Amino acid sequence: MPSGTSPAKLDSELSTKPSRVLILIPAMNEEQSLPEVFEALVKQFPPKDILLVDDGSSDRTPEIAASYGCKVVSHIHNLGYGSTLLTGYHYALLHDYDYVVQVDGDGQHPPALIPRLLQPVIQGDCDVAIGSRYLEGKSPTGWLRRLGALPLSLVASLWIGSKITDPTSGFQALSKKAILELCTDGFPDDYPDIDVLIHLHRKDIRIREIPVVMKPRVHGQTMHGGWKALYYYYRMAVCLLLMPIRRNSPYRRQRPMDDHPLDKGSLRGLYS
Amino acid sequence: MFALIQAAGEVGDVIPPRQRLVAILVSILILLGVLELVRQRKLREEYSALWVLTALGLLVLALNYRILVWLTHLIGAALPTSTLFFGGLIFLMLLALQFSVRLSRLTYRSRSLTRRVALLEEELRELKRRIPDEEDMLEDDGRP
Ligand SMILES: Nc1nc2c(ncn2[C@@H]2O[C@H](COP(=O)(O)OP(=O)(O)OP(=O)(O)O)[C@@H](O)[C@H]2O)c(=O)[nH]1
Ligand SMILES: [Mg+2]
Repeated sequence: MPSGTSPAKLDSELSTKPSRVLILIPAMNEEQSLPEVFEALVKQFPPKDILLVDDGSSDRTPEIAASYGCKVVSHIHNLGYGSTLLTGYHYALLHDYDYVVQVDGDGQHPPALIPRLLQPVIQGDCDVAIGSRYLEGKSPTGWLRRLGALPLSLVASLWIGSKITDPTSGFQALSKKAILELCTDGFPDDYPDIDVLIHLHRKDIRIREIPVVMKPRVHGQTMHGGWKALYYYYRMAVCLLLMPIRRNSPYRRQRPMDDHPLDKGSLRGLYS
Repeated sequence: MFALIQAAGEVGDVIPPRQRLVAILVSILILLGVLELVRQRKLREEYSALWVLTALGLLVLALNYRILVWLTHLIGAALPTSTLFFGGLIFLMLLALQFSVRLSRLTYRSRSLTRRVALLEEELRELKRRIPDEEDMLEDDGRP
């Protein structure tokens, strides 16, 4: 944890009204894991500041969130992790939150560690705090998974110039500055990965990793399986190779939103 | 078909009249079919352009066969027939590519629509929860 932090300041920031921190839970068919997540969350945060984004679940995922008095936004069909986050970011901007903490709905991210992620962001030490399960190797993770993530973290670390060990971790705290950046440019609305981190870094968003311990998945299905992993690598290669010359890439002059066919459906009109 | 191609090969640059007739008929049929679909509003104008262009191209080649021979020499094909086939292949690839591009755009749009609908639904639910019950309002109004 960074030095010179006063818990008192954090506490007062957290309890300031109106609320400034949104807890964002992306979930798809997680009815078995969710109760545990919510039990822990509602002890720390008011339910009205907890948002579940239901990614077209076919089970009782949205009902469980509602039963805790939390906010629910439901996709009418499954869009994938990236879009699920994006919906949450838009919600945060719409409701004028200053910070967002992402907690996966599968129960792998310990809500008890949220303050640890939030602290550096609220204190302005960074804009994105990523909970890394590899910084302190206490989390039980499959070696295959770790091996698969290695090239990605290597590329990210080299490109960004600071050590990134767990670039795909969904346990993150973000400032409004970072959220705005994520919402206005072609955010990968399927599977966000290190291209997002590189983009953010290029836009002067400060990223820092915080050691956390994650639990293994108990219920439900992982989204990183089988052939998807191969496609994942392909997508990464294309994204990174095209990064310097791609339209609306942070390495090029930005076009105004109206010029870009991709941006038509994003934020315009929602805030005015 | 094979026999036809062979026959064409034997006579060198001359396209057999029957083949020529087929090509003319096919291109006219495509042209009429596409226009008919546009007339019935089953095909949008923007998607008809590539089809019409190809049908016209085919027609021109079939009618004026010197252009076809010239093209055949240009691309180094052995037979005028192969030039036609080659052209058809290119056309199909272009069409498929056009579809992929449109699909990407549609995908993007349907996804952002889904997200927007989700947010609006939530807002609507919130608003409905906040306004007083409709029946209460009616009761208030009903009293003199
Ligand atoms: N599987 C899946 N999860 C989704 C989807 N959209 C959102 N999610 C949520 O995204 C979160 C992360 O998904 P996981 O499959 O656990 O991804 P992960 O944590 O990186 O991978 P694991 O270590 O295998 O758990 C969960 O809370 C899911 O409910 C989707 O389309 N498929
Ligand atoms: Mg998980």
